[in-house]
Amino acid sequence: MNLLAVVGEALRALRLNRLRTALTMLGMIIGVAAVVLMLAVGQGAQTTVNQAISSMGSNLLLVVPGATSSGALRSAAGGVQTLTMGDAQAIAHLPSIKATAPIITGTAQLNYGANNWSTSVTGVTPDYFAVRDWAAESGALFTEADLRSGTRVVILGQVTAKNLFGEEDPTGKTIRIKNSPFLVGGVLTPKGQSLDGRDQDDAVFIPLTTGQRQVFGNQFPGTIRFMMAQARSAEVMDEAETEMNRLLRQRHRLSEGMENDFTVRNMAALAAVATGAAKVMSIMLGAIASVSLLVGGIGIMNIMLVSVTERTREIGIRMAIGANRRAILGQFLLEALVICILGGLIGVALGVAGAWAVSLATDMVVVITLGMIALAFAFASAVGIFFGFYPARKASALRPVEALRYE
Amino acid sequence: MPSLHPTAFEDCLIRVENVSKIYSLDTSGGASASVNSQVLFDVNLVIPRGQFVAIMGHSGSGKSTLMNILGCLDTPTRGHYWFDGRDIAALSDDELARVRNHNIGFVFQGFNLLKRMTALDNVATPLLYAGVSRAESRKRALALLDQTGLVKFAAYQPSQLSGGQQQRVAICRALINNPPLILADEPTGNLDTQTSREIMAIFQMLNREQGITVVLVTHEDDIAAYTQRLVRLKDGRIVHDEATAQ
Ligand SMILES: Nc1ncnc2c1ncn2[C@@H]1O[C@H](COP(=O)(O)OP(=O)(O)OP(=O)(O)O)[C@@H](O)[C@H]1O
Ligand SMILES: [Mg+2]
Repeated sequence: MNLLAVVGEALRALRLNRLRTALTMLGMIIGVAAVVLMLAVGQGAQTTVNQAISSMGSNLLLVVPGATSSGALRSAAGGVQTLTMGDAQAIAHLPSIKATAPIITGTAQLNYGANNWSTSVTGVTPDYFAVRDWAAESGALFTEADLRSGTRVVILGQVTAKNLFGEEDPTGKTIRIKNSPFLVGGVLTPKGQSLDGRDQDDAVFIPLTTGQRQVFGNQFPGTIRFMMAQARSAEVMDEAETEMNRLLRQRHRLSEGMENDFTVRNMAALAAVATGAAKVMSIMLGAIASVSLLVGGIGIMNIMLVSVTERTREIGIRMAIGANRRAILGQFLLEALVICILGGLIGVALGVAGAWAVSLATDMVVVITLGMIALAFAFASAVGIFFGFYPARKASALRPVEALRYE
Repeated sequence: MPSLHPTAFEDCLIRVENVSKIYSLDTSGGASASVNSQVLFDVNLVIPRGQFVAIMGHSGSGKSTLMNILGCLDTPTRGHYWFDGRDIAALSDDELARVRNHNIGFVFQGFNLLKRMTALDNVATPLLYAGVSRAESRKRALALLDQTGLVKFAAYQPSQLSGGQQQRVAICRALINNPPLILADEPTGNLDTQTSREIMAIFQMLNREQGITVVLVTHEDDIAAYTQRLVRLKDGRIVHDEATAQ
């Protein structure tokens, strides 16, 4: 019996039991749809995390004031400011460090014409943009000269630019920060969300000196809020961390046994933790969905076993007129496979639709790849073969007389 | 007409030697409790090509058991069965399936057509198992139904046919691969006298005009009268075997 004929027989048998076929298929459909949806959500989470990490800049170390003894930040934001411009410059000279970016921050009201917008204002040096690997989309970034003279120039993040200017081109326009006029130098490329979920594009940047002298009115001149340092390569990250700790202890005159009044955080390690968490989550989602596929598979086995028993006489007749074991095995295996493949196709469609609905209804990112669909599909077929095989073999192992005598 | 009991090996389509069949019954209860019941006792039967044989006997005498062995649906517990010179015991499952497909047409008392399948597809199915394409199978099945005057029922399902019509479709199915042997276990058992006569006429025609060997089981003397040879079974033994009184 050729394959086409076997497929024909299988399809005919499935058609004869439409309701049962549909119900069995439903198990498969739900399983496959769940797998596709969960994989898509998991992959989406991973993508979000990866984007946040790559938007951070590469080989970054963060230095914040305050110790982190007993796991908690003792000196929270607004506490003693122990880091200085001098610290930043000294760290920049360490052999493992490529550049540092001292940073001061605050929140301020911005105005352009009738529009106003409250956002974070960050004072940085030109190196900041290099360290963050952040370029201007239009206009230009400010320079060392601007830093030295404390020019009133501002670089806008995408979101802030949109909110103040709408469709207008902000470059060359003047906005007011805390009522002082600032010339818009340019607009940055979009960065998206940071690891902690902030929108990095809702921010503006001014020269550090301008911020210190004219905007924030610093009570401790020369101190900074925190700093970023970029190591020369991924390999020297640990070395850089050690060197920075040693240098800062020395500069802050901390004697043996005294606690650090600063904390160096290795962003690569942080990123690794976040990536790991996202990966674990997506694996878990996939595993949970697989369970429903498995349940669907057991449903198929159940139905096929019933079908074998119910059709014992038919099997006997087929054997009496010349069907060999392979033909019987093939017929029942194909019935299981057809259920799985059809169910798999519908399930994939449903899963993709579900993922699309999720992305519309929530701000979750979902990612569907061809590999994911292929995986769900392959898994469904494997389940079909695996759970279809036992009943099919049972059918084909029947002895013709016994099958014929079955009532 | 060839002799009733040929001895030349090549003349025999069926050669049964000392065949016994013992069923072991698992009586419910203990695993060790099984009862053997012997249904056939050292049966010897030789049937030459082209013969028309009737097997008779009381209910439970082992007729169906013998027919199932002849039809390669079952195997003897002891003894040998040569079909067309081949020792059946030496054949694999696949080879047995091939023999059933190509060389033996089985007709049952209860027709045993495949439900919810048209008469045409029922007749065509053995061809599918023989590896013939579906289109060709259908074509040949239709031609056969046409010859037997059943073509107007081609699209009917068994449940839409009378008993006589179903049995004629079943005979077509048995014939589709041109087997040299037709085995019929009480083919007229479920049919009225008139229809039984029509069915017997078909078997007689197949035997006379196409030289097909026909072995059938019956309870009725007037059915047995159509045949050339009568084998009588009693309690699993052949007690009578001679030419039918015509
Ligand atoms: N699978 C089986 N297991 C045990 N005993 C069986 C089995 N099949 C048949 N028998 C026994 O074998 C004996 C012969 O059965 P068989 O069907 O051959 O009789 P028969 O001559 O065809 O009878 P009938 O004319 O009623 O069809 C019976 O006593 C029956 O109980
Ligand atoms: Mg019987």
